[in-house]
Amino acid sequence: MAAATKETAGFDPRRRRALKELASYCAGAAAITAFLAGVSGLSRPLPAATLRPPGALPEPEFQSACVRCGLCVRACPYKTLKLAELGDGPAAGTPYFLARSVPCEMCDDIPCVKACPTGALDHALVDIEKARMGVANLVGRDTCLNMQGLRCDVCYRVCPLIDKAITLQMTHNARTSKHAIFEPVVHPDACTGCGKCEKACVLETAAIRVLPLDLARGAHDAHYKRGWEEKKKAGQELVPGIIDLPDRLPSLPGAPK
Amino acid sequence: MSKVRNPGAEARKLHGTLTASRWLIARRLSQLAFFLLFASGPWFGVWIAKGTLSSSMTFDVLPLTDPLVFLQALLAGHKPEMLAILGAAIVLAAYALINGRVYCSWVCPINPVTDLAAWARRRLDIQKGWNLKPKARYFVLAAVLAAAALTGTIAFELINPITTLYRGLLFGVSWGLLGAMLIFLFDLFVARNGWCGHVCPVGAFYSLVNTTGLLRVSASGRARCDDCMDCYAVCPEMHVISPALKGEQAGVSPIIANRDCTACGRCIDVCPEQVFRFTYRFDDRVDTTTPSQKQAAGALENAA
Repeated sequence: MAAATKETAGFDPRRRRALKELASYCAGAAAITAFLAGVSGLSRPLPAATLRPPGALPEPEFQSACVRCGLCVRACPYKTLKLAELGDGPAAGTPYFLARSVPCEMCDDIPCVKACPTGALDHALVDIEKARMGVANLVGRDTCLNMQGLRCDVCYRVCPLIDKAITLQMTHNARTSKHAIFEPVVHPDACTGCGKCEKACVLETAAIRVLPLDLARGAHDAHYKRGWEEKKKAGQELVPGIIDLPDRLPSLPGAPK
Repeated sequence: MSKVRNPGAEARKLHGTLTASRWLIARRLSQLAFFLLFASGPWFGVWIAKGTLSSSMTFDVLPLTDPLVFLQALLAGHKPEMLAILGAAIVLAAYALINGRVYCSWVCPINPVTDLAAWARRRLDIQKGWNLKPKARYFVLAAVLAAAALTGTIAFELINPITTLYRGLLFGVSWGLLGAMLIFLFDLFVARNGWCGHVCPVGAFYSLVNTTGLLRVSASGRARCDDCMDCYAVCPEMHVISPALKGEQAGVSPIIANRDCTACGRCIDVCPEQVFRFTYRFDDRVDTTTPSQKQAAGALENAA
């Protein structure tokens, strides 16, 4: 009797079984999605020592674009680029290089970018000097030979953009008080992050290192406006009629007031 | 249904080992040829196809891109370059024209692995195991696409055993073999034809593409079928056979129309009655004239 009532109420064991099955498959699919999301989360952000090829999109976009085909690796004439293994740091199968092992030689025709089928390496990059693979940083200010008053200069000499990306800045050597220190200074607006300086550093542990952009560079707050730039843009005083008070210059004793 | 531990034995006896293995041999050669297109460069310095199965460039003119990887990139929010668009379109068009699942049995490097597992499973007489439905793969495919859209990365490519195996062999990435080994164990001990027939999202994608393909297997000699079950024993997608093979009374075409059929041709090989043959989609001819091979052989024996 009870069974009959159920039947009349529209109970269909086959339908119920199908619904159960559907539910379990949906749950399985959700579990797989969660697993893949977890796995993809392991590989970002990019570890500090690993650099992307020239023209690589910023890291999150890069991982939506790179199909891990290895065509950039094949195109690289210097065997700089490698495909990441599980555990290397970058997402498995994506291209990267280690500046200290094989730096980027900055080919004029940028074959790796041309080979990229998806645009994970941005085809808009045609001038290799505009590449921003990372930025060199003098992390070993205390170990760098130049900073100790010696004339190593190797990072400066090997820089493909010598006197633009790295300059030597002369300061007083307080230790000897009669010599100079030629400090290697990196200019992030010119540095491509090729890694030749890091490769060439004569110390066993490099004093100058190329780091990925997001780690190596600060950023201005988007809302922050610099008065002197705004003034130049406007071509006039931003607040007209503001009184410019006289600058107080240090005066020498005995000088006329 | 008696279990068939050594399917094709009768066909080999009747028609010779070569005839009863011809499509299997052809398939292995095809899989090897596709691999060598890629491997001749890094291994022997003769560059034919650069890249991997996810995207490649052949002779510096022919771009090819895996349409499923391409779709994941789109869902992850990337606007691909023309090269990838063109490459994916060419691959998609080719499989739509031929037969989507041909990728699975004639190109994919995982196929020999799962074939080996299926063979070992028959030999070791391992029970069917986990009873997944063939449609489970579409849920896996949906999960893979959802992961791409949610994470904004081509997440499946981190673990895709097909491209990982190719990458491993071509670029020396040592983890490449791990996925293939796991699949072998899964197919051997967990689920029969588990990966290719029930789980693989790449196969699921190509099944979806497999609605217009011209290349089909036909059970044109189904009148001769004596229910030896050898074809079911070797078929990685068992559910595709019955409608065509047993559809005579219902007036169903002998063409195996199910989109899951990978056109591997193994059923053609192992059938002692030579019921199956490769043909094109619209050829629904039925062949009733030829007498049973076994009857003919029996007649010969009687005469002797």
